[in-house]
Amino acid sequence: MPQAYRSVEITVNGLTYNRQVEPRRLLSDFLREDLDLRGTHVGCEHGICGACTVLMNGYTVRSCLMFAVQANGAEITTIEGLAKNGKLHPLQEAFWENHGLQCGFCTPGFLLSACELLERNPDPTEEEVRVGLSGNMCRCTGYQGIVESVLAAASKMKAQK
Amino acid sequence: MYPQEFEYFCPETLEDAVGLLSKYGEEARVLAGGQSLIPLMKLRLASPKYLIHLGGIQGLSTIEEQDGMISFGALTRHAEVEESSLVQAKLPMMHDAVSMIGDVQIRNLGTIGGCLVHADPAGDMAPALLALGARVNTLSSNGKRTLKIHELIVDAYSTDLGEDEVVTRVLVPIPQKGSGGVYLKFERRAGDFAVASVGVQISLQKDGTCSEIAVALGAVGFTAIRARKAEELLRGKQVDDVLAKQAADQASAEADPFSDIRGSAEYKRHLVGVLFQRALKIALKRAGGEEVDTVHL
Ligand SMILES: Cc1cc2nc3c(=O)[nH]c(=O)nc-3n(C[C@H](O)[C@H](O)[C@H](O)COP(=O)(O)OP(=O)(O)OC[C@H]3O[C@@H](n4cnc5c(N)ncnc54)[C@H](O)[C@@H]3O)c2cc1C
Ligand code: FES
Ligand code: FES
Repeated sequence: MPQAYRSVEITVNGLTYNRQVEPRRLLSDFLREDLDLRGTHVGCEHGICGACTVLMNGYTVRSCLMFAVQANGAEITTIEGLAKNGKLHPLQEAFWENHGLQCGFCTPGFLLSACELLERNPDPTEEEVRVGLSGNMCRCTGYQGIVESVLAAASKMKAQK
Repeated sequence: MYPQEFEYFCPETLEDAVGLLSKYGEEARVLAGGQSLIPLMKLRLASPKYLIHLGGIQGLSTIEEQDGMISFGALTRHAEVEESSLVQAKLPMMHDAVSMIGDVQIRNLGTIGGCLVHADPAGDMAPALLALGARVNTLSSNGKRTLKIHELIVDAYSTDLGEDEVVTRVLVPIPQKGSGGVYLKFERRAGDFAVASVGVQISLQKDGTCSEIAVALGAVGFTAIRARKAEELLRGKQVDDVLAKQAADQASAEADPFSDIRGSAEYKRHLVGVLFQRALKIALKRAGGEEVDTVHL
């Protein structure tokens, strides 16, 4: 059975893309291969590690557990969309300053999960950060630096408001 | 990891969805949040030739209160259930259960209908909804049906749904005042499925006698199980520690767990007793109007 291509219109980091995709094209591969946005990492490919996390209409989703066709009409934010005008997002700065990463493989996913977390809860406790980020795995840092980074970003962002 | 090729449809009405399912029969599959189906398709444990995405149908993700029930559209995402003030105020057991599903990303896409129809023996919605006496509405080419949870879920990963039947809404009766409910889940790793889980909904008379109780066990059988004999021990009685322990032993006996990667059958049976006693305590407090946090236990 020939697989019909489908047209999708997906806005990624503010730019709207119209593309033809195979229905089985995963959103992660659509971003990485079709749009050449390789900041979204693919780790386990079956919904466990969270490396492929992106924001869809403001909430985090695993792009390896979605077909691109399901994102038709949606607004996606990937790691490439976090810095604005060459200035890092406060979370990115905080990860840099607080040893929030070592190899960096998990970092894009963690940053987007942390974005949603702080959006919903600008003043989280340490426990709330740990629970909120439990959908992302890191093989390097032991999480301590990541949790500290998110807490540091939260206080910085509060002070800036 | 790529699924087998398939043809994709995104119908705008339920009738069209049912029409496509009737046309393509067993080669077609419904897609909701994809959080269970897509992993299966990637492993090629499921290879539907026709995938019918329900996401284009309006009105399938509303939460409404009507006639003493809260009604959820089948496509309501776990995150929407979790954040609903109606659910927090009137269905605490359901709020407990949904907050414990997977992690944020899973709850942002997974749906109530998909969770029930996937019928994972360790799923969290089925035990909570079984204890709450929920029903589901369905639509197929034969018309509409209403099914209780144990009529819908007949075995591990199996439902009573026909080939062209979809779940449209989930209806949950609101427990009366003076009733308290809780759902507790034990998991080994953050975001994992339950090793065992227990839901308890208890109603008390003014003098503290238990007038009604429902106990559901999760992850310790092919489907969620009602611990009816444990319920019987408590119904019409004043609950004290001795009775609670007897009921816990009875609930353990009614569990039907199997040994797997998450633990031995014996261990899970033990867990049921422990979780049951904790749950009963919290349910009693909640029935008395006290607020008890369960997510951070
Ligand atoms: C890493 C991970 C952890 C998880 N942890 C938990 C957990 O702790 N507890 C838990 O309960 N669940 C857990 N889940 C599963 C999660 O709850 C899923 O969201 C849910 O099981 C399926 O919902 P869905 O909307 O994604 O359905 P889909 O994956 O789209 O569909 C699942 C099945 O239901 C059918 N279906 C869907 N909607 C309908 C409908 N309206 N009518 C008829 N058939 C329908 C589909 O055809 C398919 O067979 C986890 C999943 C993952 C990937
Ligand atoms: S790559 Fe998507 S969760 Fe691991
Ligand atoms: S920094 Fe290496 S996996 Fe997290």
